[in-house]
Amino acid sequence: MKIKNDALTVDATDLKILKALQEDARQTYVNIGKRLGIAHSTVYDRLRKMERHGIIKQYTAVVDGEKAGLKSITALMTIYTDPKESERVAEELSKTPKVLEVYASLSEELLIMAKVVAENQEGLHAFIANSVAPLPGVLRIRTSIVTKKFKETPFSITNDADKLHL
Amino acid sequence: MNIENIPKSLKTFPREKAFYFFTSIGNYTGVSAASLKEFVEKINEVNVKSLEFHLYRGDFEKWIGETLEDKELAEDIRKLQKISLTGDALRNQLYVTVSRRLKHLTSQFSPTRF
Repeated sequence: MKIKNDALTVDATDLKILKALQEDARQTYVNIGKRLGIAHSTVYDRLRKMERHGIIKQYTAVVDGEKAGLKSITALMTIYTDPKESERVAEELSKTPKVLEVYASLSEELLIMAKVVAENQEGLHAFIANSVAPLPGVLRIRTSIVTKKFKETPFSITNDADKLHL
Repeated sequence: MNIENIPKSLKTFPREKAFYFFTSIGNYTGVSAASLKEFVEKINEVNVKSLEFHLYRGDFEKWIGETLEDKELAEDIRKLQKISLTGDALRNQLYVTVSRRLKHLTSQFSPTRF
């Protein structure tokens, strides 16, 4: 772990700690230390540093909404924007709790892509018609409602494990 | 002429109160109308699927009745739903209905009348 200009660079040990945490964020420092063959105080120190530097954003629960009985639909929006306004459109969308993810992409046109959840199709349409279409710089919107989810995982250290030789 | 007497149908609204034309749930065409005058113009240029989508959902009737506060035109639009028109026949009928109303209001509230 190195700190340069207030930015933290993670090393192999940090990555191993992150990997262990992503497998089970509720395990103790002692447990992680034992698995990795390092002192629990080292685990503690490194985790605090990674939290302070924003490498670890939060500890959260991954909820299966369907099993929890929460009825909602997910849709993927592609928003074609005026290039001068696209940043602002993306920022406005990012403020909305219904919008889970926002990305910008430059293909033939400047696009903003966003994943959005709503209680039902009417709620989705009302949100797009009342809160997205009126944003200055929005040229048109294509929306696809997700009918079946095959895979959904957050970014994981293990995604790149081979490259990291963990 | 007292400006406060001008019906809302003849005013131009801010973008958050404009009408946005969609072809289906979440699919915005990029065409919008911020006044009745603009609405008439856009009837002729928007994809006819959009007219079918909004008419049978009651969106036109709702916007005209609630935002423009033109109950009479909202009722005329509602009646159009019962005829079950589609395609260009719907476009033409909608255009005739809305433009006739606009012409009527414009002639009543034109400054030259006073």
